[in-house]
Amino acid sequence: MKALVWHGKEDIRCDTVTDPEIQDPRDAIIKVTSCAICGSDLHLFHNFIPGMLPGDIMGHETMGEVVEVGSDVDGKLRKGDRIVVPFTIICGECDQCKRGNFSVCETTNRKRHLAEKVFGHSCAGLFGYTHLTGGYPGGQAEYLRVPFADATHIKVPPGIPDEQLLFLSDIFPTGWQAAMQCAIEPTDTVAIWGCGPVGQMAIRSAILLGANQVIAIDCLPERLSMAEAGGATTINFETESVVERLNELTDGKGPEKCIDCAGMEAHVMPSQPDTVLDRAKQMVMLESDRPHVLREMIYVCRPGGIISVAGVYSGLSDSMPMGAFMNKSLTMRTGQTHVNRWTDDLLRRIEEGEIDPSFVITHTVPLAQGPEMYQVFRDKRDSCVKVVLKP
Amino acid sequence: MFHFSNIVRTKGDPKIVEGGPSLKQPADQLARALGWFSIGLGVVELFAPRRVTETLGMEGTETLVRTFGVREILAGIMSLSVDKNAGLWARVGGDGLDAAALLSGLTPDNPKKSNIALALLMVGGIAMLDYRAAQDTKPRRPPRNAWRRLYPNRSGFPKGIESVRTAARQIAAHAGHNEVKQGDERVP
Ligand SMILES: NC(=O)c1ccc[n+]([C@@H]2O[C@H](COP(=O)([O-])OP(=O)(O)OC[C@H]3O[C@@H](n4cnc5c(N)ncnc54)[C@H](O)[C@@H]3O)[C@@H](O)[C@H]2O)c1
Ligand SMILES: [Zn+2]
Ligand SMILES: [Zn+2]
Repeated sequence: MKALVWHGKEDIRCDTVTDPEIQDPRDAIIKVTSCAICGSDLHLFHNFIPGMLPGDIMGHETMGEVVEVGSDVDGKLRKGDRIVVPFTIICGECDQCKRGNFSVCETTNRKRHLAEKVFGHSCAGLFGYTHLTGGYPGGQAEYLRVPFADATHIKVPPGIPDEQLLFLSDIFPTGWQAAMQCAIEPTDTVAIWGCGPVGQMAIRSAILLGANQVIAIDCLPERLSMAEAGGATTINFETESVVERLNELTDGKGPEKCIDCAGMEAHVMPSQPDTVLDRAKQMVMLESDRPHVLREMIYVCRPGGIISVAGVYSGLSDSMPMGAFMNKSLTMRTGQTHVNRWTDDLLRRIEEGEIDPSFVITHTVPLAQGPEMYQVFRDKRDSCVKVVLKP
Repeated sequence: MFHFSNIVRTKGDPKIVEGGPSLKQPADQLARALGWFSIGLGVVELFAPRRVTETLGMEGTETLVRTFGVREILAGIMSLSVDKNAGLWARVGGDGLDAAALLSGLTPDNPKKSNIALALLMVGGIAMLDYRAAQDTKPRRPPRNAWRRLYPNRSGFPKGIESVRTAARQIAAHAGHNEVKQGDERVP
């Protein structure tokens, strides 16, 4: 089959690889009908998250049709079923899964000893996302083996196009969880850093959850226009002062809730000198992340407020303003998304026409053009927001 | 065909049968080569500055050579990173500094004049490669004022954003009402 394969920094190729096989009785194989490129994939494209090996298949936003099931899938999935695959692999049985903390499932990371060394404890196995999280082959491919398939799936009905359902795999529940972590109240201002696909979903989620005011921050006019369409007031951080504007929009009090949808690769620019220093340190491996957004959120958040982090951080972040964080009584909530905790509710909202997540798609191309689209999406060329690939 | 990466595959996982094309350009390879060259030269300058100054008949400038070594290593690391373009421009600038330092040693009484001339020639050649690689690896992010498609109609709410806001307000009002009922005895 064809698959997008990581070969090194900025080197992803569409290779021919052997088809996946059932390895365990709880496996299923799906024929992929649609998959997408995520902002998290860009961190791997840049080799900023350690633990990728040449030959690893990329991709963790995938849906398709079940073509083969193992003997222990136990009628929970059948050949021909249409499923969206959550990016977190879950067993459905362990203590964490039972609590709904799916992204920290205790069973599914098959290389847990690596994660335990680095993070202290292991997290769930993830598709196409480094050997720290199991080194599972990803879904930017024609076929995908879904381990623990009896639990790791979201069954979806026929009749709704792939484009509306695909993002149940990651970015829609991710934006939703980011907003849920804020415990939004009707009087709240929610400020959202980053208007990429995750930020766009977080904006819609905050609106659905009844925020009084949603403010979206980015520097790309096309993304800001999409944020505005979704009900946000926008700030362009290249031309305006984020802190000043946020205070203006909140009578000087600051937003009650702040959401990071930008992550470890904050835009580097001389007017934000900390980002230049972070970049320099990153290069000589003195720091792994560029946490400008975290610093800014802590500084501008209203005392007593909540900081919700959906953006991915990989290792060590320097110069965190813990003084402000502590003295302002802030709360920080974060995590890889517990996808299946939210998807029943979100699928219902899609079915009822409350929201249509396909609004975010700007490019749909054949899988073989995937490598080029990584570049286009990374360089923010051609007003690209979200890329869907068709195997 | 043999693919090295298949050796580390977990048993049963897909293996590469036939590699597809890489998007790496010749300029990317050149940048990589220059990056490693920069680090190599930098290490020599940093740890064996005497050998450098003796070859050039410029004894006494070891500290300067060491500083240049650090500069070379940093520019090399940058040229190997995703910000290779900045690294290559840093190298172009560094080539200028190298040339200036060499010229300062080109005095009539320097017995190693010919070595300096040779070194200058080399710096000139490398500078040309640096310049070409820098030109050919320009970041492709569109400039700030580039034309862009805007998406003012993509709300994502098929029933319109106002209907979502109203629904959210109703839910909140309802929830608030319930809370008061449960929490405040004074409300009948
Ligand atoms: N928690 C999860 O489970 C989960 C799931 C999916 C993605 N993510 C992460 O979410 C983040 C965003 O993903 P995406 O797909 O939207 O990626 P993206 O790269 O398309 O979007 C990031 C956006 O942040 C903006 N940005 C950069 N610096 C900024 C700054 N200083 N202030 C405000 N905005 C800034 C960029 O311009 C860009 O538009 C990534 O870090 C990704 O890894 C997390
Ligand atoms: Zn993702
Ligand atoms: Zn589990």
